[in-house]
Amino acid sequence: MSNRQKSFWAGVRAELPLLIGVAPFGMIYGVLALNAGLEPVPAQMMSSIVFAGSAQFITAQLLREAVPGLVIVLTIAVVNLRHVLYSASVAPYVRSLPMRWKLLLSYLLTDEAYAVTILHYEQEGAHPVGHWFFLGTGVALWTCWQLCTAAGILLGATLPESWPLDFALPVTFIALVIPALKDRPALAAAVTAGIVALLAYRLPYKLGLMLAGLLGILIGTWLEGRKSPGGPL
Amino acid sequence: MNVWLIFLLGGLLTFGMRYSFIYLLGRFELPDTVRRALRFVPPAVLSAIVLPELLIRSGQMDVSLTNFRLLAGVVAILVAWRTKNTLLTILAGMLALLILEFIF
Repeated sequence: MSNRQKSFWAGVRAELPLLIGVAPFGMIYGVLALNAGLEPVPAQMMSSIVFAGSAQFITAQLLREAVPGLVIVLTIAVVNLRHVLYSASVAPYVRSLPMRWKLLLSYLLTDEAYAVTILHYEQEGAHPVGHWFFLGTGVALWTCWQLCTAAGILLGATLPESWPLDFALPVTFIALVIPALKDRPALAAAVTAGIVALLAYRLPYKLGLMLAGLLGILIGTWLEGRKSPGGPL
Repeated sequence: MNVWLIFLLGGLLTFGMRYSFIYLLGRFELPDTVRRALRFVPPAVLSAIVLPELLIRSGQMDVSLTNFRLLAGVVAILVAWRTKNTLLTILAGMLALLILEFIF
């Protein structure tokens, strides 16, 4: 096996444990998308066109509530803003690659592929076949996501409508957000955003969500700035 | 707006954000404040989605024991906090709601 292939399969192997968490998430998305009134083909295609779990969940939710398209697009952008940070973080390691590699790896830059890849780069440094490892993590995740979406769509069509499947969305977000609340600023950001979202619930076009998100981010950043070196808490 | 157009624009924006700094060749550093602020995007946005889902029932705030989604949400929060396990949290929350709706 060439070094390229070795690096690619090492990336796939490193991604496997994360797929255990991603698989049910992908299936729930499939179920939820049908539940929100999407046809099977668009529901499946969103998984390759947008290819971002939480944004797909929210899009399905907003489509069901018949929220205007422009607001949905803006919400997708806000929810996926964190990818700018990932992009900045891996950029030094891929800077000398040809354009087609940069385009492909950017498309595959999800939370889970990023988490595994950046760890690899930090341990191994930039090496000549590092991008094959990155590709391995991305392809593993992409394949799993497409298959699990399809499984969810097939399953979703057979489940009784009275099942409260839409509850999968808040529960999945709870599973993602709670472990991320590791310090006081993060907790304050979440609590602030939650309370503002409740108070601003009646605002049209989900503007309450945007407002809540922005205020939460501001409070978190401000609190963290206050406890920076030299400043008393 | 057509769903395909929503997917296409949403997908292009997502791709653009993933490509942004890779395109800029890593020569640019994000301003420090922005880098720190980005860390708070997931907790803030996700929490702003979750809380109304749990507490607002038929357009009204419902903080009572008959709000099963709130109770099941609390179960999910406790499981997530204790185990930090995604799959377990989803199962616990869904199961809690199914059981509550089945019994009452």
